[in-house]
Amino acid sequence: MIEKMKNDLDFIKTANKAVDMYHGKKDELIPILMKINQEIGFIPKEAMEEISSRMHIPQSQIISVASFYHMFFTKQTGRHVIKFCKSAPCHVAGSREVFNALTNKLELEPGETSSDGKWTLTTTSCLGVCSVGPVMMVDEDIYGNITPNQIPDILAKYE
Amino acid sequence: MKTKRSMVLVSNDPHSIANGADEVFNRFTKELKSFNLHKEISLSKVFDINSTDISPFVIVYPEAVIYGPLKPDDVHHLVEEHLFKGRIVSEMQAPKKELSGTISWVSARKGTLPAEQRIVLERAGIIDPDSIEDYIINDGYLALGKVLTEMKSDEVISLLKESNLRGRGGAGFPTGVKWGFVAGTKSDKKYVICNADESEPGTFKDRLILEGDPHSIIEAMIIAGYAVGANEGYIYIRGEYTLAQTRLLNAINQAKEMGFLGEDIFNSGHKFDLHIHIGAGAYICGEETALIESIEGKRGEPRSRPPYPTTNGLWNKPTLINNVETLANIAPIIRNGAEWFKSFGTPSSAGTKVYTILGNVNATGAIEVPMGITLREVIAIYAKGMKNNAVLKLAQTGGSSGSIIPANLQDVPMDYDSYTNAGVTMGSGALLICSEETCVVDLAKVLLNFFRFESCGKCNPCRIGNQRAFQILTRISEGLGSIKDLDNLQDISKWLYETSNCGLGQTAGSPLKDILNYFRAEVEAHIIQKECPAGVCPMSGKSPTFN
Repeated sequence: MIEKMKNDLDFIKTANKAVDMYHGKKDELIPILMKINQEIGFIPKEAMEEISSRMHIPQSQIISVASFYHMFFTKQTGRHVIKFCKSAPCHVAGSREVFNALTNKLELEPGETSSDGKWTLTTTSCLGVCSVGPVMMVDEDIYGNITPNQIPDILAKYE
Repeated sequence: MKTKRSMVLVSNDPHSIANGADEVFNRFTKELKSFNLHKEISLSKVFDINSTDISPFVIVYPEAVIYGPLKPDDVHHLVEEHLFKGRIVSEMQAPKKELSGTISWVSARKGTLPAEQRIVLERAGIIDPDSIEDYIINDGYLALGKVLTEMKSDEVISLLKESNLRGRGGAGFPTGVKWGFVAGTKSDKKYVICNADESEPGTFKDRLILEGDPHSIIEAMIIAGYAVGANEGYIYIRGEYTLAQTRLLNAINQAKEMGFLGEDIFNSGHKFDLHIHIGAGAYICGEETALIESIEGKRGEPRSRPPYPTTNGLWNKPTLINNVETLANIAPIIRNGAEWFKSFGTPSSAGTKVYTILGNVNATGAIEVPMGITLREVIAIYAKGMKNNAVLKLAQTGGSSGSIIPANLQDVPMDYDSYTNAGVTMGSGALLICSEETCVVDLAKVLLNFFRFESCGKCNPCRIGNQRAFQILTRISEGLGSIKDLDNLQDISKWLYETSNCGLGQTAGSPLKDILNYFRAEVEAHIIQKECPAGVCPMSGKSPTFN
């Protein structure tokens, strides 16, 4: 319970910091959400409530924006987020086998977070490095030309 | 299969046939055999090349030498000299080194491939992108100086119109005309936006420009501001392009320090401020009105058009939106003139195009070549052939919203008008090249899955149509399709095109249309024989056969 309250306060503090950074301008809502998403790893409800009251934007509108963009998460994510490219160029280069190896290893479906809180698996559209497909991103790291055999080694790099 | 060391293409259009192309082809078959070269050199016929003045002609790859017009009696000498001894027969070469359209072969610059012509990527990879000094030494901000000190705003627009530059984002709208629309709209405030939300799968040309030469975009936007009467600009860059963001921010700060951005640039009285807006992951924001909504802090849902952004854009003010590659052409055109620009490419499509080559080929990557090159040439010269000597089945051009092009259209020159006439679109310049191991149902499923995922959900045809089409394709890929599904897919494709609100929905149905058009038999095989000819689809629902 104490842990949770601390979290809530942190969320509100982070939200305030982000709003201040962009001087509370309504058209900067997306950069503000981006900042919170970067700091916390997702955009918690408490942060949205705080933005709403500080910037006089209805909460419904904030939720609608936060849920629209693929880079924003509205639920707690794992410590590491995997973005796997499911676009056609990677598909032609053999991403299906790699993806199967990944889901088997993690025992996760796209959109799920592992029960130990380590991994969140998401699929994404093109990451713009198609000449080295199949491609996936783990947090900020991009891996290209991946084969199914490389999956265990790549995952082992993360704590 | 043994690797072929050379490829000989004999022209076979009606004009060539009238001039004896068939006899030339037969002689080649005979001569290659008599020199015992037929196993190491492939021979095929080429259609659809409009070079009547040199027909019948022959192209020999990988050297890409063109001989023509040829008589049957020339063939013996040609085979002996070029293909047997390896010497190019210069006296038989085509007088104009014409390949397709008006491509002329240029001497290769160090680090580029033959016939590459770099305009938008002229500095990428050569200068330090973090150094404004490097940019200036290499003719940077020269065009801006010329515009602000020597040219009136309408002269800039006339020059662009004259150059025939067309938008490189995919639609190919004439850039000068668009600038003219914004310049001609009266308003107290106007904006210039650079669309750098490059998310078309398979396309990364804009990233190369932004990462390799960020100042070229800044310079073009300041010029655009002067020409259309705007003093504020935005670069909308996709969130995933973090390196490009860092380089652009750095470049903007340098330009401010040097006085290229801000008040009274070059003492001309022209003022221009530039902001970066970072996207948060939404393919739809590449659509110009969705992009505007996103800058305004809203969901990236496209507006209904008209009114167009040229009159009612960002904050309802007249707004000029151009793609990165389009903007990168501006300064070179101003420095070198419209005639220079038109000397590259074809009459309908001047200049160069950056293509990204992907798929089952030996070399993937990006090239910048004059408009009008053909797919066959791209595969033979730049992609270094198909991987494992596979046979080309199809190419998917222009990312997900482009076209699926069957192998028999690989000789159509890649320019706006030739592609439109052939009923296909060139789009953003992505070339996903697929061998016969690709299944069209499977490919269409991946594309529709993409659209289903990326549809913003604002209008029904797109939100529901893509979902339904994906379900039908999945069913077919499992061997559970019925013949009625073909009509359903055809209808969905038509409705998507006719009734969707924006370009995403309108083009989402094109993979369906294309596979039914060009590969109907293969789709039917999934339904009637319950077989995937390419052996890709799971066909897991396949009912057991008893015989």
